[in-house]
Amino acid sequence: MMGYYIRLAIRGLRRNVALTALMIVAVGVGIGASMTMLTTLRAMSADPIPDKDSKLFVPQIDTWGPDSRHGEQDDRLQDQLSYGDAMALMRAHRGARQTAMYAVSMDVSPEGAAAGTATSAKPFQASGRAAYNDFFSMFEVPFRSGGPWGAVDDEHGANVVVLSGRLADRVFPGTDAVGKTISLDGRDYRVVGVLKPWSPLPHYYDLTQSAFTAMEDFYLPFAMAIDRHLESYGNNNCRAAPSPGWEGRLNSDCVWLQFWVELPGAAAARDYRAFLANYAAQQRLSGRFHWTDRVELHDVREWMVQNKVVSDEVKVNTMIGAGVLAVCLINAIGLMLAKLASRAADLGIRRALGGSRRDIFLQCMSETAVVGLLGGVLGLVLTAVGLAANRALLAPVAKHISLDSLTRLDTGMVGITLAVAIFSTLCAGLYPTWRATSVQPAWQLKAG
Amino acid sequence: MLKMIHLSKVYRTEVVETYALRDFSIHVKEGEFVAVTGPSGSGKTTFLTIAGLLEEFTGGQYQLDGADVHGLNDNQRSRLRNQKIGFIFQSFNLIPDLNVFDNVDVPLRYRRLPGAERRKRINESLERVGLSARAKHYPAELSGGQQQRVAIARALAGSPRLLLADEPTGNLDSQMARGVMQLLEELHRDGATIVMVTHDPELAARAQREVRIVDGQVIDLAAQTRLVGEPQPRPGV
Repeated sequence: MMGYYIRLAIRGLRRNVALTALMIVAVGVGIGASMTMLTTLRAMSADPIPDKDSKLFVPQIDTWGPDSRHGEQDDRLQDQLSYGDAMALMRAHRGARQTAMYAVSMDVSPEGAAAGTATSAKPFQASGRAAYNDFFSMFEVPFRSGGPWGAVDDEHGANVVVLSGRLADRVFPGTDAVGKTISLDGRDYRVVGVLKPWSPLPHYYDLTQSAFTAMEDFYLPFAMAIDRHLESYGNNNCRAAPSPGWEGRLNSDCVWLQFWVELPGAAAARDYRAFLANYAAQQRLSGRFHWTDRVELHDVREWMVQNKVVSDEVKVNTMIGAGVLAVCLINAIGLMLAKLASRAADLGIRRALGGSRRDIFLQCMSETAVVGLLGGVLGLVLTAVGLAANRALLAPVAKHISLDSLTRLDTGMVGITLAVAIFSTLCAGLYPTWRATSVQPAWQLKAG
Repeated sequence: MLKMIHLSKVYRTEVVETYALRDFSIHVKEGEFVAVTGPSGSGKTTFLTIAGLLEEFTGGQYQLDGADVHGLNDNQRSRLRNQKIGFIFQSFNLIPDLNVFDNVDVPLRYRRLPGAERRKRINESLERVGLSARAKHYPAELSGGQQQRVAIARALAGSPRLLLADEPTGNLDSQMARGVMQLLEELHRDGATIVMVTHDPELAARAQREVRIVDGQVIDLAAQTRLVGEPQPRPGV
């Protein structure tokens, strides 16, 4: 019977093309406006690592004391750790896996690659990350070839590197880069692994600059980066000016390292929190902290909320988009009422010929669903236009942000858009349909 | 087949109650062809819509094919209407979007009959009214008489126990009206029970029996006849 209703729906819509087109436009505009905003909101609020979001934690230690917190920071602890604290946590090795890390930037010199494979003579700058080898397994980084460096490489600060697929393809086109050498800042590094495309969104493991920053092109052992005095390309915050030189930086209370630990369950998290509290207490007893100990441990979701990955502005815009959809649907309701009023006689005949209220309801709702589907398709087109406009508007002011990721209309979003269009139109169609099914057939037939 | 006993229909507003039918009793036996006549506003169409389960009544009893219809819900009434009643309306009431075949198909769809059974019934009905060749035409492409024959085919397709016709020739010229009337008479000869509302005395005279409604009540024509020396009637109207 549903096939019959759908065929009737298509016939019914063709009956008054102008009214049908208006309804589709009303739904399409509302869907376009709301989905443009929702696409961005969805990208921002996506769970970047759903199967481990409650196992990965960021520890925070109150290294600067309450006097350092004021204004917008309010009661929040520092998001990063000092080198000393990060190394203490690494040495303690209390999690199943852990890594300290920081963002770096280096010049890639293609001529440093194996002879005859370089494609361009000009060096170019690439962003990277210095981390421990646990980084790759903790964050489920997928490899195209090779793999992460080993623990021994971490200890000895070996000259090894993992490349993104993009950088590998650029420097070593058409060949597997694993085993080859690449020149970074004038030094040769042996490529041990090449990644598959990987761009978790938001960029949750380092939110210090932007949650939507472009992904790194290479990864180096942390100890080697420290040995080479590779400067941080991320946020560096100091309460007091550090002593000059690299050693001064390492020995200071400046916070510039991200730290993540993998804890398999609630008990492990509880133990780790106790360990952190104990560490802070020791620091106070040693005379480093002159305030009440304070430590925190946040999982991925908590960390993203605390860092306001989804800005208030985006939330407000999404609500405005939903408001536009509501206004458009109210207009669609009016149009549907007009359309069904013009069909009252037909519906009355159907009732007289044995159609129950349920039959009429399903017929009208099928017609509404077809309007919703067509409105959804139009809404998809308008969403794509809206996202392209967003990209064009933001491009000049957001050079380091991965706009493509934020404004991508992926398969999931296409499905959501069509589902929202059909569902919201069906909701809007409930009242007109109820009115249509309430018509007494006798009155329609007498009037006829 | 159709039995109404002391039936009433009242339309109520905040200030006034209007009786469309009052103490209305009628009994139509199986295979009868009854003409219901009366002046405009007498309640003929109200009687027909109640008889066709399109409208509920206020008081009294109504039995259709031996079953009391009082208190049936919308689904039950729709099913009963679909299975037992065929409608023929003055203004044909065909659905303009659907061709002849699909118009006749409508009541069969609601009966959830399988496709092959529906096609067989539709073809037989259209053949019966002589419109097989017009199955793919749309109502707007047909004359008034042809449209009414489509409506009759639609009513027949479901093999109803009762045919209710509301001024079936009211919108037709005399030639077309004659054709439609002949068709109804044929159906009656084949055993159909027909209740036809009309204000045309000529048509009423061609029915087996005439029931006259005035001010929402059945006028006992036999009683009027008795006044001039006819024998006592049997019980029932």
